[in-house]
Amino acid sequence: MTNIAYFKDQFEDIAEPDSAIREITKTAFDTFNQLGLPTYKLEEWKYTNISSLFDKNYQFSKDNFQDKLSPSDLQALNLAGEEEAHALYFINGRFAAGLSKINATENELVVLPLQEAAKGPYQKIIAEHLGSSSKYLKDGLHALNTAFIQDGVFIYLPKGKQLALPLYLHHINHADTENVLSQPRSLVYLAENTNLQLIETYTTLGSMESFSNEVMEIVLQENAYLAYYKLQNDGPNAAQVSSTQIHQLGKSYVQTLTIALNGGVIRNNLNLILEAEGNETHLYGLSLLKGNSHVDHHTLVDNKRPNCFSNQLYKGIADDTATGVFSGRIIVQRDAQKTNAYQSSKNIILSDRATINAKPQLEILADDVKCSHGCTVGQLDEEAMFYLRARGIPLKEAESLLLRGFAADILDQIKLKPLRKHIEQLILAHLAST
Amino acid sequence: MNEDLDMLEQSALNDYKYGFVTNIDTDTIPKGLNEGVIELISKKKNEPEWMLAWRLKAYAYWLKLVEPTWANIKHPPINYQDIIYYAAPKQKEQLNSLEEVDPELLRTFEKLGISLNEQKRLTGVAVDVVMDSVSIATSFKEQLSEIGVIFCSISEAIQKHPELVKKYLGSVVPMTDNYFAALNSAVFTDGSFCYIPKGVRCPMELSTYFRINAENSGQFERTLIIAEEESYVSYLEGCTAPMRDENQLHAAVVELVAMKKAEIKYSTVQNWYPGDKEGNGGIYNFVTKRGICLEDYAKISWTQVETGSAITWKYPSVILKGDHTIGEFYSVAFTNHHQQADTGTKMIHLGKNTRSRIVSKGISAGQSQNSYRGLVRAAKGAINARNYSQCDSLLLGDKCGAHTFPYIEVKNKTAIVEHEATTSKIGEDQLFYCRQRGIDAEAAVALIVNGFAKEVMNQLPMEFAIEAQKLLAISMEGSVG
Repeated sequence: MTNIAYFKDQFEDIAEPDSAIREITKTAFDTFNQLGLPTYKLEEWKYTNISSLFDKNYQFSKDNFQDKLSPSDLQALNLAGEEEAHALYFINGRFAAGLSKINATENELVVLPLQEAAKGPYQKIIAEHLGSSSKYLKDGLHALNTAFIQDGVFIYLPKGKQLALPLYLHHINHADTENVLSQPRSLVYLAENTNLQLIETYTTLGSMESFSNEVMEIVLQENAYLAYYKLQNDGPNAAQVSSTQIHQLGKSYVQTLTIALNGGVIRNNLNLILEAEGNETHLYGLSLLKGNSHVDHHTLVDNKRPNCFSNQLYKGIADDTATGVFSGRIIVQRDAQKTNAYQSSKNIILSDRATINAKPQLEILADDVKCSHGCTVGQLDEEAMFYLRARGIPLKEAESLLLRGFAADILDQIKLKPLRKHIEQLILAHLAST
Repeated sequence: MNEDLDMLEQSALNDYKYGFVTNIDTDTIPKGLNEGVIELISKKKNEPEWMLAWRLKAYAYWLKLVEPTWANIKHPPINYQDIIYYAAPKQKEQLNSLEEVDPELLRTFEKLGISLNEQKRLTGVAVDVVMDSVSIATSFKEQLSEIGVIFCSISEAIQKHPELVKKYLGSVVPMTDNYFAALNSAVFTDGSFCYIPKGVRCPMELSTYFRINAENSGQFERTLIIAEEESYVSYLEGCTAPMRDENQLHAAVVELVAMKKAEIKYSTVQNWYPGDKEGNGGIYNFVTKRGICLEDYAKISWTQVETGSAITWKYPSVILKGDHTIGEFYSVAFTNHHQQADTGTKMIHLGKNTRSRIVSKGISAGQSQNSYRGLVRAAKGAINARNYSQCDSLLLGDKCGAHTFPYIEVKNKTAIVEHEATTSKIGEDQLFYCRQRGIDAEAAVALIVNGFAKEVMNQLPMEFAIEAQKLLAISMEGSVG
């Protein structure tokens, strides 16, 4: 059976006519049938060929692996400094409520399966915000995720709650007997005066292929603060399309940081919709690519109201036959006067078989703005190299030193100290490995 | 400065008021496009068999294509069957003296500083025998042929130099390149052909301006320039005077071939009818321009000043095939009212030690949309490729848009590619400085814009740089306030 036929089959299977979510899934599935999987002929997918991944057959996993994972298994996935924190698990794309570890009361942090939340007191929020990213992400994969939305999670920070401990979201794919397609879905809502630090990680267990097609929607109200870290350090058998849309509805602050170290084909869509005056947004990204990895960072910052500030800094290193892509788009709408929007993409190529593609775009419809973008592709500084070599530092070590220096700009932005340390260790090991 | 001020005062409105000259005795064929029409065009031009076959092949290919929609432009669908594909050669109405010419047109010529005789020639006034511009052109032609430069219309070249045309036509822009290139290949009516032999440095700026039969080069122009080893040519295209042209669609193709150590400098000053203030009418300028540095140490440089046309869709590109070759692109695109420009360049680095430089200045006013779209590609073999791109946009008004779509593709570890872009409006402090010194707002903006565009203007041949500067000022009228 082809993937498409299989999706249809599965969709019929899960029909739950009474569900509040049913309408959304149905529309989305129609959209998927209409659009199909994105091909590289689409401008937005020019540099990332996702459709060829679907030459092989993927399965949605029906098996519930929750009981097969012992607490020690889960602990093994923990990052340094995570012990005290809140942790949620997605297994094969399904939210595993039973495994959640939340060290807070319900009036500090609400975590509910999406299905459940759609019926309860959060019905209105869900009706308003779930699926709003489809306005910006008009592709088949996004629709496919929405069509199978029922196993998602709803995360809610009530008014005035400053969550002191970070919230970890671990995605685990079990691919030991078949190729797994997982479709995690989440809606995160930060009410007024809240503070959230969110960390996402991805792990594939087993030797078969996994494909994670994730959609996360985040809404921020007035005076909300979000720090959002994504760590991609999975195996070469793990492909991933990860779409995050952040709506800054009230004047709020967002910082995102995406680190891609290992993986197969990775595509990150990150959309920031700045809907209120005075929003502030910082986007950071770092790719350290080796082997045959392919990482595509796709950002969109849509400035809709005046006086917003956004800054993007993406750095990429490509070695071996790796491909790094950066495609950033800043839109300044007519009303968004006094916008300051900056974008910078800096890349280093270490091998003749590696590729860097960049597409930094500006679309500006207001006149009183300060916008700039810059993009560079180059190599390690010869003079710096010479300086180090002349002092007896071996080639490999000198390279690693300079590359770590290059990456430091991004790592400096990680405000969670244990996480930063953890990632620094990972990078050190990553650079040392061949 | 005073002179410029007068000029601005004189023309309170920026209307394109030049009444179109009525044609007498037009030699046209019916509207529409089919194989018969192409055969007819070919026959009328007395073309050899191979040329017709080439055209028909292009047409067959064009039929298979759909019009591209990726550009950041909007226009009603073009009906390709509603176009007259052959309307030349036209005999213009002969006027007896300049007094009969639309005074508005004359004023523009004056502003541009075009000599009286050139004015007469451009407006179709019968010129006197002694200072006949035709004879001027003829004398230039003689001078050129003495040193072996071939400079004629492409139709003439097909007749007289078929071996050169056969070899190079479509070698840089194949007929299969894109929708409009395929259309052009099928129906092109005329254009320029230019061949600079080995070791010759062309002593003058070549321009369609001097070519006798350039008067009506038609809407589907085809230009081919070949610079042999160690030769140099500077070519200026189009018109510094506003072209009176009633054609909606222009789909031209320009091909440049530079051999070892040759240099081609191609400058364009384009001021076609941009449509009225409400965005009605105006030219659709869909052009494919490409040069190839075929052998080592060749250099191709594009300079363009785009102030006209309702829609501009144009990406003069350079393929850097030989080692140590250089590509340059300097552009000023000014859009006002409802004009739309989607323009930029492609620099394809294939050879070793190739260098390219892109300087693009976009200025948007009124309700116009101005996009830069460019590609820099360093292929695997392009060792030590070096590119620097700079795209600056200036916004005059809050209803216009400035967009930048650069594509950067690097496939080797020795290439260095840099791209920089900024968007801003005119600084209040700069304006204040000018106003304080008694310069009125419009002149101050003109001054600042000219400064903004200076880096590109400096690349134009001197006399055209002055005209281009003035053109920019004229286009800008009514955009301040």
